[in-house]
Amino acid sequence: MPETLSSSSVGLVTPQVARFDTPLPLACGRELPDFELVYETYGTLNETASNAVLICHALSGHHHAAGYHHVDDRKPGWWDAHIGPGKSIDTRRFFVVAVNNLGGCHGSTGPSSENPATGRIWGPDFPLMTVTDWVNSQAMLADRLGIQRFAAVVGGSLGGMQVLQWAMSLPERVANAAVIAATPRLSAQNIAFNEVARQAIRSDPEFFDGWYTEHQTLPKQGLRLARMVGHITYLSEHSMGARFGRDLRTDSLNYGYDVEFEVESYLRYQGDTFSTRFDANTYLLMTKALDYFDPAGEHDDDLPRALSTATCRFLVVSFTTDWRFAPARSRELVDALLRAGKHVSYANIDSPHGHDAFLLPNERYEAVLGGFMTRIANDVKRTAGNIS
Amino acid sequence: MRADLALIYDWVPQGARVLDLGCGDGTLLAALSSQKQVTGYGLEIDSDGISRCLEKGVDVIEQDLDQGLANIPDDTFDLVIMTQALQVLRRPDLMLDEMLRVANECIIAFPNFAWWRHRLSLGLKGRMPVSRSLPHAWYDTPNIHLSTFRDFADLCRMQGHTITDSAVGNGSKEGQWRHRRWPNLLGQDAIFRVRR
Repeated sequence: MPETLSSSSVGLVTPQVARFDTPLPLACGRELPDFELVYETYGTLNETASNAVLICHALSGHHHAAGYHHVDDRKPGWWDAHIGPGKSIDTRRFFVVAVNNLGGCHGSTGPSSENPATGRIWGPDFPLMTVTDWVNSQAMLADRLGIQRFAAVVGGSLGGMQVLQWAMSLPERVANAAVIAATPRLSAQNIAFNEVARQAIRSDPEFFDGWYTEHQTLPKQGLRLARMVGHITYLSEHSMGARFGRDLRTDSLNYGYDVEFEVESYLRYQGDTFSTRFDANTYLLMTKALDYFDPAGEHDDDLPRALSTATCRFLVVSFTTDWRFAPARSRELVDALLRAGKHVSYANIDSPHGHDAFLLPNERYEAVLGGFMTRIANDVKRTAGNIS
Repeated sequence: MRADLALIYDWVPQGARVLDLGCGDGTLLAALSSQKQVTGYGLEIDSDGISRCLEKGVDVIEQDLDQGLANIPDDTFDLVIMTQALQVLRRPDLMLDEMLRVANECIIAFPNFAWWRHRLSLGLKGRMPVSRSLPHAWYDTPNIHLSTFRDFADLCRMQGHTITDSAVGNGSKEGQWRHRRWPNLLGQDAIFRVRR
């Protein structure tokens, strides 16, 4: 954390835990008998609870979206560029809720939690989660916080899919939806990359069919490879080229397999840090949730029909160099929303940073998301004024 | 509101479903939606315009008009509006057909190249006209398909469409719009209302 905190930071934040003892039925047919969700909030909920914004996280994200946990934290939360006083999601006007999804590895119930039925950790027995399951659990948290209807549900990538699901399955609880760098369904290429990541993990000898914790080990090699493959899809060819080019770590080629190019060093570093920081079973589960998400598939491949229940106003945002979930995927969603006669706005933001652009600061991105959120804040203010 | 937009505002029926091509900062759609219960979308590529629309609560979609309207099904709207964009398109003739595919009616406003001052500039001075409605020099103008009041009327007839109303005036001034004599000579800007 910087010594003098910027006035646009939410500052020090403390995660909270909500425990639920009512069973949660899941899409896979099983149920979670009880569970915990860890979450953070920024800003203040107004009297009518009409200014709440839910942040949905992506594959490796979590509840720590903004601010710092400790004064010696080096980095703020993962979406600090866009959440805070005066930022796109302005915590002076909104009450922001960020939650770690079920199946995660940052505090919410997941594969590393204890299975009450066996007394062992869940491990690979933890049920596969779907985007719908996450939305249902997030709605239970909203009930607990006294939020009947979110002013906005916002998320990027896999988070954007949760936003879509909120809009479709709980329309009365969402006033506005921002779907950023997402897709209405994964392509065969997307699923193929996920499968390579899963195979990397599952074929690691230290994986033990997911029971690595009981063997006091970690499938580090597998997770490392999974992250390296994933990371390539998050960047653009241009951003990798601009950052690393063909730069060498050493003065000359050494005709061997040690790290020679800067990009190799970078990928290995990314893989290494991730391999001890993230849980392998969670990674597997998250990629499956991505693969399974397909609202059109549940409606004879008719996306406008799948979206027909939604009543909120949509903002869809894509990034020009994102090839993981390319702008064309967002256009499919926009066209379907248009065909379904829904309120929708769309912006394709010029950025060199590929899929990762949704996490980064960008003037135009901030103007678009900020413009959308400003209108929502004004709506909230007007409605609150009418009541009092 | 700009005078051409004010005239268009009057022409739009209550509760219409409208598509505004090149909607700018969304002024027209915002007024139509709050006062005439109009619904619909604006298409725009200017980033500032898109942000302004979002702040106003106008549904705006980033889309290049030169890519056409293929993503919009037939008869999605009651009315398509296009102001000051016809002359920058690669194929205005195709766009006219597209507009009358997605709606039964359209309103198109564009600068009239045959306005007397434009004629004076070209006819007497021998120079490409520069005016309020055509503010660019010949070498940096986005206006690649300039036309006249008469030219456009001919295009509509040629493509089998019906002109139901037209007016000319000075787009920057209030209360100047009327159905005047010699529109091709006296109108700086032209507005047409066209049906299939």
